[in-house]
Amino acid sequence: MNIVVCVKQVPDTEALIKVKADGSGIDEGGIKWVMNPYDEFGVEEALKLKEKNGGDVTIVSVGPARALETIRTALAMGAEKGIHINDPALEGADAYTTASALAAAIKEIPHDIVFCGMRAIDDDAGQVGSILAELLGIPQVTVVTKLEVADGKATAVKAIEGAQLVIETSLPCVITAAKGLNEPRYASLPGIMKAKKKPVDVKDAAALGISVAAKAKIVKMMPPPERAPGKIVGGEEAAEKAAQLVKLLREEAKVI
Amino acid sequence: MAKGVWIVAEQRDGAFRKVSFEIASAARKLADELGDEVSAMVLGSGIEGIAAELGKYGVDKVYVADDPAFEKYTTDAYVQAVTKAVKENDPAILLLAASVEGKDLSSRLVGSLATGMASDCTDLRIEGGKLIALRPMYAGKAFAEVEVDGSPQMASLRPNVFPVVESAKAGEVVKFDPALDAAALKTKIVDVQKDASGRVELTEAMVIVSGGRGMKGPEGYQILEALADLLGAAVGASRAAVDAGWRPQTDQVGQTGKVVSPNLYVACGISGAIQHLAGMSSSKYIVAINKDEEAPIFAKADYGIVDDLFKIVPELTAEVKKIL
Repeated sequence: MNIVVCVKQVPDTEALIKVKADGSGIDEGGIKWVMNPYDEFGVEEALKLKEKNGGDVTIVSVGPARALETIRTALAMGAEKGIHINDPALEGADAYTTASALAAAIKEIPHDIVFCGMRAIDDDAGQVGSILAELLGIPQVTVVTKLEVADGKATAVKAIEGAQLVIETSLPCVITAAKGLNEPRYASLPGIMKAKKKPVDVKDAAALGISVAAKAKIVKMMPPPERAPGKIVGGEEAAEKAAQLVKLLREEAKVI
Repeated sequence: MAKGVWIVAEQRDGAFRKVSFEIASAARKLADELGDEVSAMVLGSGIEGIAAELGKYGVDKVYVADDPAFEKYTTDAYVQAVTKAVKENDPAILLLAASVEGKDLSSRLVGSLATGMASDCTDLRIEGGKLIALRPMYAGKAFAEVEVDGSPQMASLRPNVFPVVESAKAGEVVKFDPALDAAALKTKIVDVQKDASGRVELTEAMVIVSGGRGMKGPEGYQILEALADLLGAAVGASRAAVDAGWRPQTDQVGQTGKVVSPNLYVACGISGAIQHLAGMSSSKYIVAINKDEEAPIFAKADYGIVDDLFKIVPELTAEVKKIL
């Protein structure tokens, strides 16, 4: 079974995000870069499938030079090889362009299942997996919390508002991974040593033959609106504080 | 030349979801600025009767794709039909809900229509005849203004953010024949397991009662559920509580869970890790109940109570009972 996992390097969830004064982007100083947590679930699921069915796992990432660390992390977890799409023209690329780059790379290699994270926790767009599936001309199941693959088809569980759906799809397909799918393994020390020797192909936009013209552009970035300072609800007894709070929510905030 | 504002309205089991009225209202506002019409597309099985209801929220024309294949949402069938309708009608703007279904559909449409989209937007405006979308990034640690160059200009709208505005328009119902290619349908829904709780979903809840490490264990949530039931609220949890196995993954609020924007968010025993604050700081009102007066959650809270939540929450429930 040939499995492909798309990964993105993103700021750690604990990172403080500072927008540059000119609104052109974020200040990358001091940021700890990690693999997008949802992509980790994709890597883990791919490795589990490989261990069960044989085959190999290819990691594909669009990103600058530092993104190689994230590819190596996935290789250290157990993937076989990597493709690093590195082109200054793709920095801050929109979802369609990123998906085009991934699709061009993935079309050249056999793929029974392609995993993506359900969204990247930096831009929070959640578009790339679906656009990729469309460009590859294969079905998708997004936001998957459970997956079984057998007899040439995949059966996936997905949570929607108020229900869980069980969805069956033919292969090849794109699966976008959600929290709950599995517990990603840590890379072992021998794994990390081995990963250094695993092959990583580097490609740019020209090699992939894709257009880099953005269809969606960030015009300006800004910090979130400040919240006005709040008040501490005082009182002697719990009952008194609770009564005060309910009064405020009812009469001042008018939310209950 | 692309013209008009389109929405894809979402229905489930033959009734529109509230978010459909939110996007219809938002579309009306944009169309008024552009001097254009609003058209909606609705897909389902046996739903022709509800279509005209969208007129109440400013929709001029409703395209109805009524087919047994649309009874439940599947990516394949819906994308095929909406792509065809959009290509035939060439709207300038296409809006969808950033609900679970809307996210799946809208993202795939970006591919099939080869355009761009601003996802999960919290505000929209027209500038120089073009759509400018405001959207949170980094789970709300930053915001971005996004311009779409492709056609149609697509945006998905965060539920619960855009007001529902009534403005009567014709709501003229037009049948749309999707001419589905059944051979291209590769996915099917084999089972639907409804959640037993019957509670409103986090991303759509007007009120959320949420608990963190301070709940001390899964049993602790009973007092939150009692309060939530009374308020018609959803119950959320911090990452610490989910990772401890006290609550299901689907309840997690934060950067690696759900990003929510209710009218009222009641954080109980939640210290306020940065990744949690990111997921809930766009709530209109935040209440924090925590024993530790130094907890970072108090910096975000409109109202704070420094006390033992196990004493406060039952009293709150009792107080709310008195007024409802």
